[in-house]
Amino acid sequence: MFETLDATMLARIQFAFTVSFHIVFPAFSIGLASYLAVLEGLWLWKKDEAYLKVFNYWKIIFAVTFGMGVVSGIVMSYQFGTNWSVFSDKAGPVIGPLMGYEVLTAFFLEAGFLGVMLFGLKRVGPKLHFMATLMVAIGTLMSAFWILSVNSWMHTPAGYAINDVGQYVPADWWAIVFNPSFPYRLVHMVLAAYLTTAFVVGAVGAWHVLKDDGRDRGARIMFSMALWMAALVSPLQILAGDFHGLNTLEHQPAKVAAMEGHYDTHAGAPLILFGLPDDEAEVMRYAVEVPKLGSLILTHSWDGEVKGLKEWPKEDRPPAEIVFWSFRIMVAIGFAMLGVGLWSLYRRWRGGLYDDKWLARAAVIMGPSGFVAVLAGWITTEVGRQPYTIYGLLRTADSVSPLEAPAVASSLIAFIIVYFAVFGAGVFYLLRLMRRKPDIGFDDEDIGPTRTAGITPAPAVDADRVMNPAE
Amino acid sequence: MEIDLAFIWAGLIAVAVLAYVILDGFDLGVGILFPFYPEEHDRNLMMNSIAPVWDGNETWLVLGGGGLLAVFPLAYATIMPALYAPLIAMLLALIFRGVAFEFRWRTKRGKFLWDWAFAGGSLVATFAQGVALGALVQGIKVENRAYAGGWWDWLTPFSLLTGAALVVGYALLGSTWLVMKTAGDIQAKARLQARLTGIGTLGLIGAVSLWTPFQNLVYLERWFAWPAMLYSGIVPVLVLLCAFLLFTGLAGKRDYVPFLASLGIFVLCYIGIGISFYPYMVPPSLTIWDAAAPDDSLGFLLVGTVFLLPMILGYTAYAYWVFRGKVDPDEGYH
Repeated sequence: MFETLDATMLARIQFAFTVSFHIVFPAFSIGLASYLAVLEGLWLWKKDEAYLKVFNYWKIIFAVTFGMGVVSGIVMSYQFGTNWSVFSDKAGPVIGPLMGYEVLTAFFLEAGFLGVMLFGLKRVGPKLHFMATLMVAIGTLMSAFWILSVNSWMHTPAGYAINDVGQYVPADWWAIVFNPSFPYRLVHMVLAAYLTTAFVVGAVGAWHVLKDDGRDRGARIMFSMALWMAALVSPLQILAGDFHGLNTLEHQPAKVAAMEGHYDTHAGAPLILFGLPDDEAEVMRYAVEVPKLGSLILTHSWDGEVKGLKEWPKEDRPPAEIVFWSFRIMVAIGFAMLGVGLWSLYRRWRGGLYDDKWLARAAVIMGPSGFVAVLAGWITTEVGRQPYTIYGLLRTADSVSPLEAPAVASSLIAFIIVYFAVFGAGVFYLLRLMRRKPDIGFDDEDIGPTRTAGITPAPAVDADRVMNPAE
Repeated sequence: MEIDLAFIWAGLIAVAVLAYVILDGFDLGVGILFPFYPEEHDRNLMMNSIAPVWDGNETWLVLGGGGLLAVFPLAYATIMPALYAPLIAMLLALIFRGVAFEFRWRTKRGKFLWDWAFAGGSLVATFAQGVALGALVQGIKVENRAYAGGWWDWLTPFSLLTGAALVVGYALLGSTWLVMKTAGDIQAKARLQARLTGIGTLGLIGAVSLWTPFQNLVYLERWFAWPAMLYSGIVPVLVLLCAFLLFTGLAGKRDYVPFLASLGIFVLCYIGIGISFYPYMVPPSLTIWDAAAPDDSLGFLLVGTVFLLPMILGYTAYAYWVFRGKVDPDEGYH
């Protein structure tokens, strides 16, 4: 392994590390922002204070998560330049403005509506406050829109021209933003964020349901709503994933070959369930396979042809050893989520949703599964895109900054130490917040000075005091 | 007349970076001064005074970085690797101080750790920014659209001096901010610190200003050639005026004047750097127009920026207006 740890490999590890840490926070906050909007809507509609209590419970967790997302996001906006300067120069004219819009929308919403959502309820009244919550939810989705547009363009570049100094320059903005893989990727990721959040909320609800036999109303609301999401969104997500896979087959067939673990091209390819891919020998060892099913899924025909990795020269292939497994982890979690969803539907039908201890235990165990699935999915698509940063156009090895290995290695070690220390503590504090009983909620001591920009009260959470600091 | 989009964007990026420097400057300064206030009560008050605004302040840094990639990709692609070590140090330091705002309220036992993270993070981030600025003034070597220097080129006596100057300068902003936002003992202490850091800042500005023209002959001509000196000479005169307002404001107990005067000193220094740099984006290698993305990219982002930037500025001004006045010491968190 060590002979491959040159500056490029170190820069890749560093980017993978910082972006993996970062994506966990937005994946959670995108879903949580929408969940908060739904909770507040239910409170206003049903006039049931229990929903407000659940809203306040998750609001504080949202603020902590969002804060960690911001600081890890600042790092990302500099990583492109520090470690991928050639890529930045060449692709900047196309992806730069899209990222600029991401900053402007995130910035605008952060400054404008987050403060109102976190602390402004007494100040602006429920209706305006609800609007602020909706705007935050829409804002997180807009952030996702722009970032995924950038990412998708790197997978399926379109609408560009090449100028005389070798930069990719915009020719058709519409084609750039709505490039061929973008709609699939956007839907897949947003649904993933929703599922991730649902399973975290469900686990917290289930934990408290287990602890006091379902007497806690807030915990029951969380548990039930999360399981509705699991039952309704998991099948949609599996469907969306299938469409995304077909789109990938069209544009990045080598990635699909690596995901499926096919080295040879087959007509009537099997579906390999498990095995140990060996890129060196170009064989799948110990394969457990279902005949013809691979072709059926990918080509919707029993005897459709599925290309194997050997169709591409070795230096143009993604490493199947990683992609094959990350893909399986993601798919397995997806079906496990579906299983929990169906189980909950059965319980609703037969009664005893809150009495089934094993369902609640399963929900607790599945709490972090969304994060694992999101990371596995991103590893699949990003490693599967290798050896390119801009698919088919710019190789990873040609994208990297002219850096020396020791410089990248020392910054990588610094990132690893700092991230584990800081975000480890953050996750610990989050878990402590989640241990609070939903019906009791938070007292002032718990809330502290959550201020993520905007109208965040300095002195206290009480909005009236904030409005008149001089009084 | 054709619209020069690159020039407009250079102005917008300059405004974003200036907004960052003066806004995050004072809250980083409060962090730098943190160790000098050991009392729990004082520390809470200091945190409270910047808690509502620091995050919005820091977002300008993202806009600066993201904006540079969008509109001056070549500048972004050469400055970032050239300033690799100071920038990474800055990012890591900002993580520590950013989460400290949240985390120090989540623990009693570990609070001192996050107080250290806040103070240390503020100090390191500021010093790294100052070093980065100095390294940029020194010049960055670019060949074939890539940084062509070594990995320790940023480290010189000059960049260490600019790093120290920024630490003292942000401490001045922080102390005058505290003079404005607090009362009683803490204000008296801040007033003393403002005097000391004010003298230090002026001395260091003088030292950096005298050294800068010798980093590059272009700077020398810009400042001392006749008749350009008639215009460029105004800047140091105005700095002295701000210094006068700073010290009389501190003596006269008009609590907001020292802060505004310190901001004035920063704005003027920034203009001074602008005079030195123009028309270069990455001195002495790339001009604004060398580094600019094609007009299609500049125009596409400008449409949204023209619409969103005034809203952001308006909201920021409003947020500061809401939180005007002293922080009430009796309304601590706990």
